[in-house]
Amino acid sequence: MSASSAFNDEKGGSSSVGEPEYGHDPASGGIFSSDYKRHDDLKEMLDSNKDSLKLEAMKRIVAMIARGKNASDLFPAVVKNVACKNIEVKKLVYVYLVRYAEEQQDLALLSISTFQRGLKDPNQLIRASALRVLSSIRVTIIVPIMMLAIKEAASDMSPYVRKTAAHAIPKLYSLDPEQKDQLIEVIEKLLADKTTLVAGSVVMAFEEVCPERIDLIHKNYRKLCNLLIDVEEWGQVVIINMLTRYARTQFLNPNINESLLEEGGSGDKTFYGSDEDEDEDEEEKEKKAEVAAMAKRKPYVMDPDHRLLLRNTKPLLQSRNAAVVMAVAQLYFHLAPKAEVGVIAKALVRLLRSHSEVQYVVLQNVATMSIKRRGMFEPYLKSFYIRSTDPTQIKVLKLEVLTNLANETNISTILREFQTYIKSMDKDFVAATIQAIGRCATNISEVRDTCLNGLVQLLSNRDELVVAESVVVIKKLLQMQPEKHSDIIKHMAKLTDNIQVPMARASILWLIGEYCEHVPKIAPDVLRKMAKSFTNEEDIVKLQIINLAAKLYLTNSKQTKLLTQYVLNLAKYDQNYDIRDRARFIRQLIVPTEKSGALSKYAKKLFLALKPAPVLESPFKDRDHFQLGSLSHLLNAKAGGYQELPDWPEAAPDPSVRNVEVKESVPEWTKCSSREKRKEKKVEKPFYTDSEGESGPTESADSESDSATGSESSSGSEESGSGSESEESKEASESEEEEEEEEEEEKKKKKKDLKKPVQESERGVFLQTIAPSSTLKSYELLHRITGEGLSVEYCFSRQPFSPDANMVAVQMQFTNNASSDTKNLHIEDVKLQSGMRVKEFPEIELLPAGETATAVMGIDFCDSTQAANFQLCTHTRKFFVSIQPPVGELMRPVFLTENEFKKEQGQLMGMNEITEKLTLDVKCRNEHTIVQRVTTAANLSRVPCGSDKECRFAGRTVTSGSLVLVTVATKEEGAAQLTVNCEKMVIGTMLVKDILQALTQ
Amino acid sequence: MIHSLFLINASGDIFLEKHWKSVVSRSVCDYFFEAQERATEPENVPPVIPTPHHYLISVLRHHIYFVAVIQSEVPPLFVIEFLHRVVDTFQDYFGVCTEAAIKDNVVVVYELLEEMLDNGFPLATESNILKELIKPPTILRTMVNTITGSTNVGEQLPTGQLSVVPWRRTGVKYTNNEAYFDVVEEIDAIIDKSGSTITAEIQGVIDACVKLTGMPDLTLSFMNPRLLDDVSFHPCVRFKRWEAERILSFIPPDGNFRLLSYHVSSQNLVAIPVYVKHNITFREGSSQGRFDLTLGPKQTMGKAVESVLVSSQLPRGVLNANLNPSQGTYTFDPVTKLLTWDVGKINPQKLPSLKGTMSLQAGASKPDENPTINIQFKIQQMAISGLKVNRLDMYGEKYKPFKGIKYMTKAGKFQAGLPDKWTLEYIKTELLHKEIRIN
Repeated sequence: MSASSAFNDEKGGSSSVGEPEYGHDPASGGIFSSDYKRHDDLKEMLDSNKDSLKLEAMKRIVAMIARGKNASDLFPAVVKNVACKNIEVKKLVYVYLVRYAEEQQDLALLSISTFQRGLKDPNQLIRASALRVLSSIRVTIIVPIMMLAIKEAASDMSPYVRKTAAHAIPKLYSLDPEQKDQLIEVIEKLLADKTTLVAGSVVMAFEEVCPERIDLIHKNYRKLCNLLIDVEEWGQVVIINMLTRYARTQFLNPNINESLLEEGGSGDKTFYGSDEDEDEDEEEKEKKAEVAAMAKRKPYVMDPDHRLLLRNTKPLLQSRNAAVVMAVAQLYFHLAPKAEVGVIAKALVRLLRSHSEVQYVVLQNVATMSIKRRGMFEPYLKSFYIRSTDPTQIKVLKLEVLTNLANETNISTILREFQTYIKSMDKDFVAATIQAIGRCATNISEVRDTCLNGLVQLLSNRDELVVAESVVVIKKLLQMQPEKHSDIIKHMAKLTDNIQVPMARASILWLIGEYCEHVPKIAPDVLRKMAKSFTNEEDIVKLQIINLAAKLYLTNSKQTKLLTQYVLNLAKYDQNYDIRDRARFIRQLIVPTEKSGALSKYAKKLFLALKPAPVLESPFKDRDHFQLGSLSHLLNAKAGGYQELPDWPEAAPDPSVRNVEVKESVPEWTKCSSREKRKEKKVEKPFYTDSEGESGPTESADSESDSATGSESSSGSEESGSGSESEESKEASESEEEEEEEEEEEKKKKKKDLKKPVQESERGVFLQTIAPSSTLKSYELLHRITGEGLSVEYCFSRQPFSPDANMVAVQMQFTNNASSDTKNLHIEDVKLQSGMRVKEFPEIELLPAGETATAVMGIDFCDSTQAANFQLCTHTRKFFVSIQPPVGELMRPVFLTENEFKKEQGQLMGMNEITEKLTLDVKCRNEHTIVQRVTTAANLSRVPCGSDKECRFAGRTVTSGSLVLVTVATKEEGAAQLTVNCEKMVIGTMLVKDILQALTQ
Repeated sequence: MIHSLFLINASGDIFLEKHWKSVVSRSVCDYFFEAQERATEPENVPPVIPTPHHYLISVLRHHIYFVAVIQSEVPPLFVIEFLHRVVDTFQDYFGVCTEAAIKDNVVVVYELLEEMLDNGFPLATESNILKELIKPPTILRTMVNTITGSTNVGEQLPTGQLSVVPWRRTGVKYTNNEAYFDVVEEIDAIIDKSGSTITAEIQGVIDACVKLTGMPDLTLSFMNPRLLDDVSFHPCVRFKRWEAERILSFIPPDGNFRLLSYHVSSQNLVAIPVYVKHNITFREGSSQGRFDLTLGPKQTMGKAVESVLVSSQLPRGVLNANLNPSQGTYTFDPVTKLLTWDVGKINPQKLPSLKGTMSLQAGASKPDENPTINIQFKIQQMAISGLKVNRLDMYGEKYKPFKGIKYMTKAGKFQAGLPDKWTLEYIKTELLHKEIRIN
């Protein structure tokens, strides 16, 4: 009875989760036996058949675990509930089980069968969670069961379960490393998985289990690059880091030529050397010479796969996740050509506005980067200015970066900035600033005197710490040119009376001893004072007093002989054995006795040898031999599991290993229901869209929603910058031929539709009359030399393309200049941006030598000027060609009356209107030529107009039918104003440019 | 990856531990305490601490240290970013992230941590997914749960996790469809004693609260997108579209999220909304100092400057301050020497001022440190950079949502009254100057 009442109490008090436990902390006076008793309550609750009681008990147990209290004696009671129906109880039992299974292995085995059953559950959530818990139980006996479960899950139909399998791999590996070979097989299989969900997790497993098996990546390299943008953030980090390493083994150093040039220039060390380390031994040099010779013979061409990686990672610099940004930054730093590395600076500077921990890590990396590539961060100098609210560790790092960035041009600004820092109340930071000034002074000789004077001024600062630090830095600076600054040495000698910081005193004494010849009168006096206070000094000061005495004895023994003897005698009985040793050693060396050996002759040489000035250099120098962004880099020590970043290979390994065979791959999970399958496809979709090297992070969503507006506008967006991009996308698409099975199939279907020859429709003829006839410009598609006799020209015929009104008709003219016939001319392998479509021309069976044939094909450019890339095939050869439309060909003329025109124009104001002033070409000042030139530039029709000062044209874009209205208003002396109204701003802008060109030239 | 997590409060108690692999004894935290002792300020504890067998990576938020234990190489930012994500999630779930809140919800916390990491590798960190797995505790739900014994744990696999839009769950339904966007800008500035700007930067974020049914596809365009110099996006934003058209196009997550953070390009002159006139003097030999500070609005486009708070770290020699504010209240802490003045709203007709005397330690020499003045303020209905949203459109759904956009400007790190910059050239003493010439 008493037990039940106690338990009622518990229940009453525990309406909020876990609360009562906190009241009874053992530290707050709970008695052990009562604690024990409460566990009895818990057991009772767990044994009851009410879920709510079980849940309550489990919650209290979890609260105990959370506080680090031992709850292992409840194991038998808890493990019984592993098969509980209530999902929260079950989850909490899992938490408990994973925590204590290691300690209670035998009992833990009781639960295994439950999980084995779970692995076969039709619900993917249950399968996944069963595998998750099973693999988390660290009991060696179940290794075979785990292995089996992982293998099965790796070919599960649900990508979520496969992801869980990938997670389970490192768990099993850490439990039993002997399973490695089998696990690698599973990894290999999962690496081939095409879903974004799995990609990140399996690469993580790869990194933990077999990072050395770089060969497993070859076949998946391009896929990983393309999936990257759709992988979740954490997976992105792991994949990018792994690909950095991969790229270092497979591609050539993009900076090879430049680094050689630099090294050949002179031994200029401050400039960044080659990406290799700075070992300057003969062998190395020879090797480099060889490489140089090789580079001369073969100019560097970047592997398209290398380019693919750089291109696909770049957008991720905009990620909100600092780790992703850092990962991309280090990838660019280690892999990109020097000219392209600059893009990361802005993103890194952005991270400086994040939490202070993020700043700390980023600044460490910036510090390393700024040594090698100073120019990159110079524009952002101000972002590294220190705020009084920054934590000290951030201040010190920013100071480091500022110092690294200092050069002749910006040093005055930086020094001014430093001076405000010296006034800070944060003394550690002030000390660091003084050090930084010292480093600037050594690196930039122009400001050395200014800095030195400034530092000397600081010697009269009220704060002793400032003075001390200045002394230390001045000492280092003076060492570079002591003869010039004897007055400063004198000044410092005076300071010994006041300054108490041991390090500073020691520095002054060393300086005086070292340059005693410059201050012959003061030095003995300083020694006298020091001898007086010898016994009260710190150890480092004592050592320097002995040194000073020795040096003076050697140069000026007349005045200092007795003093030296006195100091040495004091030191002989010092408590510190270092000092006693030093005294004995020095006495033997400098005081000539009959026993003293040959060394004493050289005493002067030994003590007063010219000492090299210390090099004040950044602690971040050469830290970049660690992969940036890594823990090892941060600590400047190799952390466990760190994978060395390999040097670039001298010759690129075979790039064809990354080619993938095209196969109608039948998914292994064919047995799964159709509904599941559809889901599967959905997940894979982003991958396909992405393989175009084009879509943004979520473009996949677009293609899914398939609403006309959505797809149009997105394709319109791809227009700007098409010049550079189209080339790139071609490259990308070439490398990804194999991954286009789906599209290929579609194309085949289309081909079947297109058996009928193309005919002009009546409507086309009618339209033809509206559009003023203008000469059609033809473009070259294939030159006769590259085409081995076959030359192809094309023009935009401006006829409606009858099979599909949304397509632009392209008329092609084939000429066979070769001596033999060409057969089976047709198109293959069309590479298009998303949304674009192509209707091929019917195959030309035979083109005899010397003959010419024409054909018409239709292309839906989606109102964008993206190129359509495809292969032109003959019976023997294939040629890569591309058609890129001028913006004026993306429209078809429409007939509008003047009123309609005005009405439409009124609706396309504001952002949709672009106006440009221009001066007409001399030959183009009459209406007729203006009309002719505009209609040549764009497929528009003229709109009748009352005024003779204005010419108006109208058209609609071919795909979306958006109105395009053009007005050219002429004024005196050839001045004119061009107005384009178009809903599609990009089209409008480009059209303005084209018409402007047509009218002014 | 991440081995264990310890939560340590300000007084150094470990109040929560969670292990994702085998148990790491909490004595590993001793290394952390050691580092903590060495650091003078709480924020000076190094984020990464190596110990003989482990590495400790910690973040400090809301006076709680989140200490992650790791055993092998992992990018430190990876861990730091994750820990911050954990804190954000707690804040999202419990409203605040305090020791009390975590202790009260220890089971939910444990369930969350369990879902967020698997074997030390992040599993589900999207708040939309987590909220489907584990429902946030509300008073109502807690009560219902205690009575019926039902749970906080979702019974289904989050649909988002399998879709192409992992940040949004499917089947969202609202009776009132609304989308609110807050454009919040922070201005960081350093202004010297003469009132001229040394550096000024504007950073902004667009926080959104979107409660829309179904799968809406939103586009947001700006009147002046060129202002945005550097941006980082929520993963939902289509990057290419931004690149090409400077339009934000996205399928939003459900609920609150940060759509965008940006930096305004430094070419644009930054309007400084307030000015400070101050005069702090100490006379040699006197134990009194004068303090005189006036605030005024400047370039605020007619909007009121609100919630103004001025704080200044006075020199150590100051014993007490006897000041007279024209409005608001001030406090001076004689121990930390921190002067704070809660001004409230600035009335342009009657400028707020704080005048009076400071008493100095007897016999102390004239303090040389020129105190810096930190200012905080808020201006509603204005984005200081001039950024303006042009329009917000929705595609993919039929209904008409209610749309709202709010602007606000805040002071970030806003410091005024830094000493005039002096150059080394000026400070050469004459004597030294001569001597160097001779040499």
